Amino acid sequence: MTKQEALGKYLLRLADTNLILGQRLAEWCGTGPFLEEDLAMTNISLDLFGTAEALLKYACEVEGKGRTADELTFRRPEREFTNILLVEQPNVDFGATILRQLFVDAFDYYHYSELSKSSDPIIAGVAAKASKETTYHLRHSESWVIRLGDGTEESHQRMQNALNELWRFTDEQFEMNEVDAMLIEERIAVDLAPIKAKWLEKVIPVLSEATLQIPENTFMQRGGREGKHSEHFGFLLAEMHYIPRAYPDATW
Amino acid sequence: MEAIKDSQGAVWEVFIQAKPGQPYRHVGNVHAFDKEMAMQNARDVYTRRGEGTAIWVVPSNYIVASSPEDIGSFFDPANDKVYRHPTFYTLPEGVQHI
Repeated sequence: MTKQEALGKYLLRLADTNLILGQRLAEWCGTGPFLEEDLAMTNISLDLFGTAEALLKYACEVEGKGRTADELTFRRPEREFTNILLVEQPNVDFGATILRQLFVDAFDYYHYSELSKSSDPIIAGVAAKASKETTYHLRHSESWVIRLGDGTEESHQRMQNALNELWRFTDEQFEMNEVDAMLIEERIAVDLAPIKAKWLEKVIPVLSEATLQIPENTFMQRGGREGKHSEHFGFLLAEMHYIPRAYPDATW
Repeated sequence: MEAIKDSQGAVWEVFIQAKPGQPYRHVGNVHAFDKEMAMQNARDVYTRRGEGTAIWVVPSNYIVASSPEDIGSFFDPANDKVYRHPTFYTLPEGVQHI
């Protein structure tokens, strides 16, 4: 693998995680629990799409085959997406959506802050912008997880159910392979081990304040890096790809 | 705090300052259960397109409002007293914001 190929894979991986979570959050458009949260979730969705677009454009440039960000978004089959499994998990209810968001926001918060020092100026720039956005996203998801976890009997139970379901997808965020090894050496990518330590330091007290119990002996799920997805992903793509498949000549 | 009548929380009034130094303007309201949530909701609902750089949120029930019956006694006396407007002076050129 050349450095250029590694960079291409790295950019796609980052972009896909943003893109797919953006798509999941967009599913709340018009169906949020109330107007303010409906807007909050679609706002966050748009932030994620913005980050994804910037990364996809750069990925196209690195790839050098003349593909566009739209083609990468709408013309790739399931196995070519390398997002983490966590972000493709269904919304279920507002509680599960906001817990999933806390896990990603806390990761993004520490990750982008490090990545903004990347030796690659485009990655550093995208990370610096996303870092500001994520600071707000984290504040939002953190306060909701505490409010709902330490809320009514029903809200607590829903949050606990969500945690039991989603905890097994959290470790994949910190997975590294030869792509990371190569790019860390070039100071383009960042080592995710220290990010994991910070993430745990952030997330565990929030869950504890929310009176939630982290499930024990969880078998951590993985596979996104190799394009192996959960059963939910195909349905998500089918919806996301519907318009460009039905109307191949459609433009923005 | 006002009793919550539905599941969306109390109503908070939102004021946005477009730029530092300018007055805060009322832009609308949001529902929220606490200060932090009111602030976040105001940010999400009213500042998505660069409307401002600072926000105030105030629980609606802390706003003291004049009532429609007060219109006569409050505001009519101002109608026939043109001498309260400094329109009899010629303003020097270059004076603004008056």
